Amino acid sequence: MSVLLSATSVGFQRGGKTILQDADIQVSSQEIVTLIGPNGAGKTTLVRLLLGLMKPDSGAIQRSKDLVVGYMPQKLNIDNTMPLSVQRFLALTGQKSGEINNALARVGVGTLKKQSMVDLSGGETQRVLLARALLRKPNLLVLDEPVQGVDVAGQAQLYDLIAELRDELSAGVLMISHDLHLVMAKTDTVVCLNKHVCCHGHPEAVTAHPAYLELFGQNQSASVAVYTHHHDHTHDHHGDVHTDTHSHCTDATHSH
Amino acid sequence: MPDFLLMAILAGFCVTLVTGPLGCFTVWRRMAYFGDTLAHSALLGVSFGWLLSINLNLAVACGCLVLAMVLIFLQQQRVLATDTLLGILSHSTLALGLVIASQLENARIDITSYLFGDLLSVSIADVITMAVVSGIVLSLLLALWRQLITLTVHEDLAQVEGVNVKAVRTVLMLSMALMIAIAMKVVGVILITALLIIPAAAARRVSSTPEIMAVMASLFGMMAIVMGLGASFYWDTPAGPSIVLGTSIIFILTLFKKVVLSKSSA
Repeated sequence: MSVLLSATSVGFQRGGKTILQDADIQVSSQEIVTLIGPNGAGKTTLVRLLLGLMKPDSGAIQRSKDLVVGYMPQKLNIDNTMPLSVQRFLALTGQKSGEINNALARVGVGTLKKQSMVDLSGGETQRVLLARALLRKPNLLVLDEPVQGVDVAGQAQLYDLIAELRDELSAGVLMISHDLHLVMAKTDTVVCLNKHVCCHGHPEAVTAHPAYLELFGQNQSASVAVYTHHHDHTHDHHGDVHTDTHSHCTDATHSH
Repeated sequence: MPDFLLMAILAGFCVTLVTGPLGCFTVWRRMAYFGDTLAHSALLGVSFGWLLSINLNLAVACGCLVLAMVLIFLQQQRVLATDTLLGILSHSTLALGLVIASQLENARIDITSYLFGDLLSVSIADVITMAVVSGIVLSLLLALWRQLITLTVHEDLAQVEGVNVKAVRTVLMLSMALMIAIAMKVVGVILITALLIIPAAAARRVSSTPEIMAVMASLFGMMAIVMGLGASFYWDTPAGPSIVLGTSIIFILTLFKKVVLSKSSA
């Protein structure tokens, strides 16, 4: 596993306010790294620094020479007045129609080709964005809150899809996530950020870490643990079973 | 057809060739207020042009360019929200332009012709200037078309995919500034934004791709030029405002058509 992208003691200030301080992160090929943290923790800033969209005030960003990033932004802001079909949106990458069809089919939205971009639902938009990232044949996928606006069943499917794509492309994956439950199961490394990196490591280790517990509280961590256990289940069963068990477990947590 | 009318039509066509695609970007990128601000600063350019006795078209283009640069700089500072910033610059430059113009004693500067346009007095030299400027802007837009669209969809995504966002955005602003320098003659600074937005909004209703929308916006603009000049010729209405009314009529007519590629299924 080679290191694709890393930041070393990166600091960033805006308007006299420290947004990031001494943050380290590293993404290797075939590794799924999830960046979690409360609002205003600097998650998006760190990703933008890693992508080279902004320059850090201190520290260094290293990118491997053959790095090809497939980036999936949080959301698009396409104005209603722009007549842009899904196909045309993907054609902006310069790829041929055959490739576009393949990418759309791979992420499970092959039928949306002729739809207008502004009419897509949250989940459909995320999948189309993922298709666009795939068209670049990336060795690193960078996903900013990939399941935003997607219902719970859809979220699990989307995380499964991301893990599958990681295997197919042998790519590294860096994602930002708000939710702690579903994302943990598919993650190799969790980086918990609150201006600096509070803790990082394997999901199970991180959820037991004092710094993590301080940020997200006992309750959250219990339901994450429950979910990890529960995840072993879902390989045999499917969606509805999983939501039922899940709510049941959360109730159990509350009664503590 | 009288010569002055022919010149007016040719001049109008040159301008609408670029206001079509630029108008589309104005609505897609929600830059209407930006266009307004640039247009208002054009009058300041005129006043300075008189003051320093340099070519007025050049002065206007320079004025708009300087303002665009100031805006880009101030936006990056993030001290004020962009629309507040635009509001301050827009009205300050317009007011300053009017004040300076009023103080130019021996200048026979006809403010109304700049405020509302003076299409019926364009000379052959004006038409040639407009054709050249419009040609430059069109080739810039064509050369950067795909990057401009990608930028409009998502700036960060465009940059990660290798688009030089800053350069492309600067070209777009530059094009706007050049366009305003020539469009001022047609409808005047007050109504330039109308010539940008209304044909584009009408074109949206009959277009299924960004390219078709840009072409249709130009065509609608040309139709409005003919309608406005016709009204001006036969009924002696002011040309600039009549052209803008022409675009309004076209827009209203398109309302009767079902929108292409939209929530028709809903």
